[in-house]
Amino acid sequence: MASFKLPSVLMFGWEFPPFNSGGLGVACEGLSKALSSSGIPLTFVLPFKIPISVPWCKFVFADESSDLMNDIQIRSLFSGYLSHSDSFPSQKYGLPAFVSGEIIERVRSYALKAGGIAKKNRHSVIHVHDWLTYPAGIAAKEVSGRPLVAHIHATEFDRSGGDNVNSDIYNIELEGFRQADAIVAVSERTKKKVVSKYGIPAEKVKVVYNGIEFKNNSAIIERNLDCLKQNGNKIVLFVGRITLQKGPDYFVSMAEKVLSHEPNTFFVVSGSGDTEGQMIRMVANKGLSSKFIFCGFLRDQELDRVYKAADIFVMPSVSEPFGLVPLEAMISGVPVLVSKESGVSEILSSALKSHFWDTDDMADKVISVLRHSKLQNNLSAHGNQEVKAIHWKKAADSLISLYNSLDNAFSMFLLPGSSATASAQVPYL
Amino acid sequence: MRKYRIFDVGQNSSYFNDESGTSLDNRAIIKKVAGKCYLPANAVLLQNIKNNPEFKASFSISGLALEQFEKHAPEVIDSFKVLVDTGNVELLSETYYHSLASIYSEEEFINQVLLHRKKVQDLFGVIPSVFRNTELIYSNQIAKMAEKMGYRGILAEGADHILGWRSPTFVYKPIGTEKIKLLLKHYRLSDDIAFRFSQRSWEGWPLTAPKFADWVSSHNGNANTINLFMDYETFGEHQWEDTGIFEFLKYLPAEILKNPDNNFITPSEAIDRYEAKGELDVPHHVSWADTERDLSAWISNDLQREALDTLYALGKEIIHVDDPILIEDWRKLQTSDHFYYMCTKWWNDGDVHKYFSPYESPYEAFIAYMNVMQDMRLRLSDAKKRQEHEVFLHKVKPLRFSEV
Repeated sequence: MASFKLPSVLMFGWEFPPFNSGGLGVACEGLSKALSSSGIPLTFVLPFKIPISVPWCKFVFADESSDLMNDIQIRSLFSGYLSHSDSFPSQKYGLPAFVSGEIIERVRSYALKAGGIAKKNRHSVIHVHDWLTYPAGIAAKEVSGRPLVAHIHATEFDRSGGDNVNSDIYNIELEGFRQADAIVAVSERTKKKVVSKYGIPAEKVKVVYNGIEFKNNSAIIERNLDCLKQNGNKIVLFVGRITLQKGPDYFVSMAEKVLSHEPNTFFVVSGSGDTEGQMIRMVANKGLSSKFIFCGFLRDQELDRVYKAADIFVMPSVSEPFGLVPLEAMISGVPVLVSKESGVSEILSSALKSHFWDTDDMADKVISVLRHSKLQNNLSAHGNQEVKAIHWKKAADSLISLYNSLDNAFSMFLLPGSSATASAQVPYL
Repeated sequence: MRKYRIFDVGQNSSYFNDESGTSLDNRAIIKKVAGKCYLPANAVLLQNIKNNPEFKASFSISGLALEQFEKHAPEVIDSFKVLVDTGNVELLSETYYHSLASIYSEEEFINQVLLHRKKVQDLFGVIPSVFRNTELIYSNQIAKMAEKMGYRGILAEGADHILGWRSPTFVYKPIGTEKIKLLLKHYRLSDDIAFRFSQRSWEGWPLTAPKFADWVSSHNGNANTINLFMDYETFGEHQWEDTGIFEFLKYLPAEILKNPDNNFITPSEAIDRYEAKGELDVPHHVSWADTERDLSAWISNDLQREALDTLYALGKEIIHVDDPILIEDWRKLQTSDHFYYMCTKWWNDGDVHKYFSPYESPYEAFIAYMNVMQDMRLRLSDAKKRQEHEVFLHKVKPLRFSEV
């Protein structure tokens, strides 16, 4: 075992921070960095050329020819990750053909280049992230014959809300799952979906939870919110895209119930999205406008300053494959209440949990945290401790053991008669 | 206590009636444990007494448990009556509400012990003379309180840190007391049955009656009494029937008695028979809970302290108000389990607290409890207003001599 060779990874992604529209890019960054610091050589493939470089891995762009694009162009290219309704509200029958056609076109042309990339870049494992990259992964596997790992961050059922599933995308996912030698799901609930909705055997799906990089939040509390707090008000925070999947309407119902017991409370909403207008109207209809603060999409330092002001963070997601945001709140020492319908709730102990639809329960918990400083402090301190243990290294370690198991099994299959360790030393290609 | 929400505060004050059929439903729980543990275990003990008239046992049953059995499973009370009537079974005293009053309020402690004494006398016709405190919580102070109340003996955990080089197999005298004697739990042998009986990784597994009897006999010559104290739900609930626990219980008396040097005695017989071997000084509380054997299962985090402080602060006023239902509810809220469920000590590791808790987390337990406290506060201020009003009426309408 001493000569056990580390696997080398060819990873296909779709976006990468700062050129990302959602959690997929964040997860790819965290995973690739942690894998690389565990000594795994890694080549990261992106569909389009973007001005990006990181110290821990080499980037390869499928479409080298394209000129550098500006931020807006890049965003529109990457929009495939967002939920359908984000860009196209009130769709009843799936993604409109011209849009899905356009995205699927890009996904296909990504795949056309993947074989060549696989030939040029040494690797022992192919790892792909969500449906946008699955055809590329399959194409790469056809060329190199190396095992394929399909990572699932969100299924088409999560993005569409379940009732307007795009059949083209579903089929691409299904084909990816079938061709993959192993599937990695970001939570047990996501694994269950892969098994029940796609008919994949459970043994093929491994759960690897996301992580987060712990950075102390040393930001200064946001000034206006600080004024409110100085006057004895409490702050309840929502952070995330404002779209039905995230449960903004449940947040508003909960707020109304909280206010009937704790009138000196303000509800701060950070984020934007297709149901933003609807949410603002709902707040107005209930006569709560003076108690809500919509601050739009916040990033980094701005968001850190808002976290500093929050008394509790609430994530009432209707469906959340994982859900990284509560971990950010915990890093800032904010008590969190997450819906039981989120993947992250599976791994959190020092957190409050409710069903997204049980707004009585949510309000009860929020009021308790606002009223009892002992509860607030306990959740804050324990949560802050707990989140330190939810790091990407843990995720990377599970991936590495998965790579190794595949690599060995695969080598034995390719070279019958040789032992797993011996075959692992056979140079690739 | 049911999942009591902020919206219930001031609306309804039934804190304990959960009919969900879940682990918060007292009726469902009582029915379950009566069938799995109390009835079959009592039947085995009764048979043991019939087969071996020398066999003895004793029970400490809280008033609340007795109340619950009366309400939901009266056949359990009957089976205890039969056992007590054999004369081989002794009943011990404890606080009626299985509370932590011994730590928080001597006055309340005495009241609850008296309530329990009365309950036992009413149901079984006996007056206990030995005391065991909630979860075997013990200290010099508690021994003194028990002595003051007339008890001849008291039970405690034979924890290593209070015994030092001494053995739990003798009777001791608590420091600073006159007559009361102290019996210590032999925790190794007790826990062999209570915790390790079905543990396959344990070197003693499988534990049979002859093997255990050998372990007991090996103390002969250097021991007066081996005190086996354990949670009764060991039999059938913590160790399920299929582990063979009832068979073990059935064959144990005969195996122990095979050695002519062995016999069974009740706590009061042990106290009568043996002189105290020495004085034991226990300035800090010990208990039988967790590996720490201290109070940390109930009082180790801010949530628990906040809840307990709120409870006993309310009590100072509640006991002066003429509202028996309010006082009874306040006492029910003293049961130590409420605070056990709020323990975060090992919350992240998922340990026994989690296993025994009907709540999803310590936080849920705290939230429901503090909502109840809020409702209690409202009821207290209502009750006070009523009382003031009555006093006021007397003042404006003083009795006249002509009316007398």
